[in-house]
Amino acid sequence: MTRPPTGPPTRPPARPMSRPSARTTGRFVVLLVGAAVMVLPFAMMIATSLKQQSFVLTPSLVPDHPTLDNYVRAWTSSGFGRYFLNSAAVALATVALVLLFGSMMAYAFARFEFVGKKAMFYAMIATLMIPAMMLLIPQYFVARDLGVLDSRTGLVLFYVAGQLAFTTFLLRGFFAGIPRELDDAMLIDGANRWHIYWHLMLPLARPALATAAIFTFLGSWDEFVWAVTIIDSKDNRTLPMAIQLFQGQHGTSWGLVFAASTIAVVPVIAVFVVFQRYFVSGLQAGALKG
Amino acid sequence: MTDTASPTTGATPAARPRVPRPGSGRRARPRRGPAPSGGTGHGSRLTPYLFLLPGMVLFVGLVLWPIVQAARMSLLDWQFNPGLPSPFVGLKHYDRALHDPIFWKSLVNTGVYMVATVPTQMILGLALALLLNKAIAGKVAFRVLYYLPVITSWVVVSLVFEYLFATSSGLVNHVLHDGLGIGSEPINWLGSRWPAMVVLSLLGIWKGAGWSMLIFLAALQAVPKDLLDAASVDGAGPVRRFFAVTLPQLRPVALFVTVMLVIGGFNVFISVFVMTGGGPANDTQVVLTYMYKQAFDFLEFSYGSAIAYLLAIIIFALSFAQMRLFRYDEEAS
Repeated sequence: MTRPPTGPPTRPPARPMSRPSARTTGRFVVLLVGAAVMVLPFAMMIATSLKQQSFVLTPSLVPDHPTLDNYVRAWTSSGFGRYFLNSAAVALATVALVLLFGSMMAYAFARFEFVGKKAMFYAMIATLMIPAMMLLIPQYFVARDLGVLDSRTGLVLFYVAGQLAFTTFLLRGFFAGIPRELDDAMLIDGANRWHIYWHLMLPLARPALATAAIFTFLGSWDEFVWAVTIIDSKDNRTLPMAIQLFQGQHGTSWGLVFAASTIAVVPVIAVFVVFQRYFVSGLQAGALKG
Repeated sequence: MTDTASPTTGATPAARPRVPRPGSGRRARPRRGPAPSGGTGHGSRLTPYLFLLPGMVLFVGLVLWPIVQAARMSLLDWQFNPGLPSPFVGLKHYDRALHDPIFWKSLVNTGVYMVATVPTQMILGLALALLLNKAIAGKVAFRVLYYLPVITSWVVVSLVFEYLFATSSGLVNHVLHDGLGIGSEPINWLGSRWPAMVVLSLLGIWKGAGWSMLIFLAALQAVPKDLLDAASVDGAGPVRRFFAVTLPQLRPVALFVTVMLVIGGFNVFISVFVMTGGGPANDTQVVLTYMYKQAFDFLEFSYGSAIAYLLAIIIFALSFAQMRLFRYDEEAS
């Protein structure tokens, strides 16, 4: 620690692109091959979704006579528009409620001393270690007793409850980093706590809220097990369960199944690519400080 | 997270005087006359609880209570019909699980899945992170590409793998059998125990490697640069620097990744549910698919809860053991 960094810098200087060494090129090639392996299944999925039914079982990456037929059929004839909207509505409602309730809890944990604070906080952290699936059976009966089986409300309520702990944890860390002097300035001006939360904390926490929003969105958009457990009627299906049931009904219509899958995956990839920075920072905050 | 935090930016109306409370008027309590000392002590003692209320109701009712309820259910003969009594039977369902060959088979399958996927994901993740940690063209693009499988729905990727490993028409058999002439006939990948476990494990590794990569990447960036510089001044080459400086610094993160991957391994469910359904003849059953089948196919909710609790006990024991093991190493070195 005390030794000053003498000697030549070990990293290449500012513009690594200008003269790639053999080692850099080698590294690049390895990464490229790995990326190809990562992408291949997606490429197969998209290629198959563009194939006509008679070509679906030929394992080629480039469809011979590409067609958008499968997309049209998936969207129009199979109720996919409905399932897409269900997924979107459930995910958006979940995000809104998780952000609101989670940030309120995070504010309480970050700024107040109160009886039971530690117990409550550690109870939440501890549940982060429990696989969600283990609660499936009792949650099913709680949902029955609340009368929310086979409803989108039943999805939203349990998604919100399941995502609250992580969001609260993430936002509490962020709120704790905001200087208390700002609170004090507002208090002196006569603001109350709700006012501070709403007009100071939330605007400042926008990056953290974005991170939490993305995690929550992806989590509820893709959720499968709870949906398949409580949803019975066709009208309430979400995309993942619709796709899975779809595959069961149309065992060989892989073109149709993968057109539907692509429709489901595109929003996820779009959200991820656009908000990649927030996503990575949130993931690492959860990992490195947890 | 910290790099995005700049609490002084943002047009905050910090100086705005007493404004009518927005939204719910019940939540916050007006407070006249600022108290002298900063931070705590303002507002009613009820205020924090009002902030906690809506979230806590959901958390306690829908997460915490079910944890307790699962334990209760595992000790009863739980009746689906709420009008019927559910008699207390003690540890009967746990005893049944321990004498159930299919439960043991599912546990072995889960173990095999973990042995196949956890170390592989760790090593691949670390290797990718090391490759990406230095300046390289397309760094962000690589990071996104490797992470794509992580964010993609389990259902979708399971279906894609089912398609790729289809017996007569899948790409894998096309390459292995038709192309390279391996095997006298195409492999029935999902039709028997071990080939199916191979496919499930490959899917797990493919889907998860990007996650450990991202975590390790962050940890690598936190390794103090002057330590590495000092080591190279002392004449340590890249390999030596990795083992003497980088690896010890990664220990806490490696522990975190291991614990999370082990928990994730026990959580394997959707891929099995979608691709094999636990079949043929329970050959690819894992603990959670078996639990699900008992509960929601056979309506054996108490037995399912007992299986869930056995799994929880195993997970906690393993996590605890890992933490002890890592700490012991640390003290020894």
